[in-house]
Amino acid sequence: MLKIRIIPCLDVKDGRVVKGINFLNLVDAGDPVAQAHFYSKNGADEICFLDISASIEKRTTMLNVVEKTAEKVFIPLTVGGGVSSIENIRDLLKAGADKISINTAGILNENLISQAAEKFGSQCIVAAVDAKKEKDSWAVYSHGGSKNTGIDALEWMQKLQNLGAGEILLTSMDRDGTKKGFDLELLNRASSQLAIPLIASGGVGNLDHFKDGVLVGKANALLAASVFHFGELSIKEVKQYLSNEGINVRIE
Amino acid sequence: MKKNITIVDYGLGNIRSAEQSLKNIIDQNNLNAEVKITNNSKDIYLATHIVLPGQGAFASCMKGLKNTHGMIEALSKNVLFNKKPFLGICVGMQLLGTTSYENGIHNGLGWIDGEIKKIPQKGLKLPHMGWNEVSIKIKENKIIKEEKEKNFYFVHSYFFECKDKKNEVASTVYGKNFASIISKENIYGVQFHPEKSACQGLRLIKNFISL
Repeated sequence: MLKIRIIPCLDVKDGRVVKGINFLNLVDAGDPVAQAHFYSKNGADEICFLDISASIEKRTTMLNVVEKTAEKVFIPLTVGGGVSSIENIRDLLKAGADKISINTAGILNENLISQAAEKFGSQCIVAAVDAKKEKDSWAVYSHGGSKNTGIDALEWMQKLQNLGAGEILLTSMDRDGTKKGFDLELLNRASSQLAIPLIASGGVGNLDHFKDGVLVGKANALLAASVFHFGELSIKEVKQYLSNEGINVRIE
Repeated sequence: MKKNITIVDYGLGNIRSAEQSLKNIIDQNNLNAEVKITNNSKDIYLATHIVLPGQGAFASCMKGLKNTHGMIEALSKNVLFNKKPFLGICVGMQLLGTTSYENGIHNGLGWIDGEIKKIPQKGLKLPHMGWNEVSIKIKENKIIKEEKEKNFYFVHSYFFECKDKKNEVASTVYGKNFASIISKENIYGVQFHPEKSACQGLRLIKNFISL
């Protein structure tokens, strides 16, 4: 059976990890390659790098990070953050990324999603959506969650699927950083309408949250950051728990 | 003799990951081997082992291969006649088949009799993306030695339907039971990505190099 994936996400700025593991005495705790390697050895099913560098020049350092990671880490690597052109995507894939996550640029220019999917294949295009709850619906936010686009999130995800995205990475802005658990209603509604895999993100704080993301939210993969980085939970612990709850995970 | 593992670069596919995984295995095990990436058909004649990656649509991969001057002829001579060990990964495996029904009808290399069909969706998410179990059907094979089911990383929406079940080394279930490892003499194909499947993927690649 296909396994539910557990994906740790690392924030990288100017080639250095700014939100990542800080419970281990890694020789160089700011090195994204060392952190990705640690997670891959400890049960991660994929790794996600989010580039939060402010300038375009600094983003080229990300290519270097991806190249070095591809030399040591033999599980899938998703890279996102500020990806805005076919050239960006090509460069990242060439450096060794397996999937590219696109957010704001896809909102500003839908053609980017369809062109990228056509050129490189849907399997490497992850459409990232930042959603915030309004009365009875969810709105899509762009520019790192700072701008309300007024677009309905559920409709937008459907559109992204039609444009050729291979996967949706859905972040609840209401839950992100709260440790109150995923927005299960949002996840469930998104997953029920989508024919492509859904990655849940935002709000996971304990073991039950992971379980609910799968059983209630119907997510195909779960992305988390701080619970792993601060050592509150290990990926192995999460997987063992999910497995005991009857959820299929990869335990080697 | 030094082994020359040659990866065919025809403008598509995850070349770098395949290259890095091969290099890693060679370094870790002190193997007398080197890795070469090429789009020059002449290099195929110098290879001891040939790897054909592939990603994206079947038709564009086949087209890329055809447009690489002399490549199909060089591959046929070296794989079918000189019997050099060959490994097709993902779409690189599907290209081994006779016919693909992905967006139309397209001819493949036809080295292993089989058709490429879409995974029946039936409420399942496509692509089939993530880690899934590979069950070994033919124990006497040289590419995968583990007895137990092992997880490998898959990303695909189409599967290889072997005409002759004796080519089906291992299978995986998603929507249906399909061939995840195929082989015929010196030719091997894997539907998953061994270069992205952590330790067990690297072990499979090591077995291939040992052929």
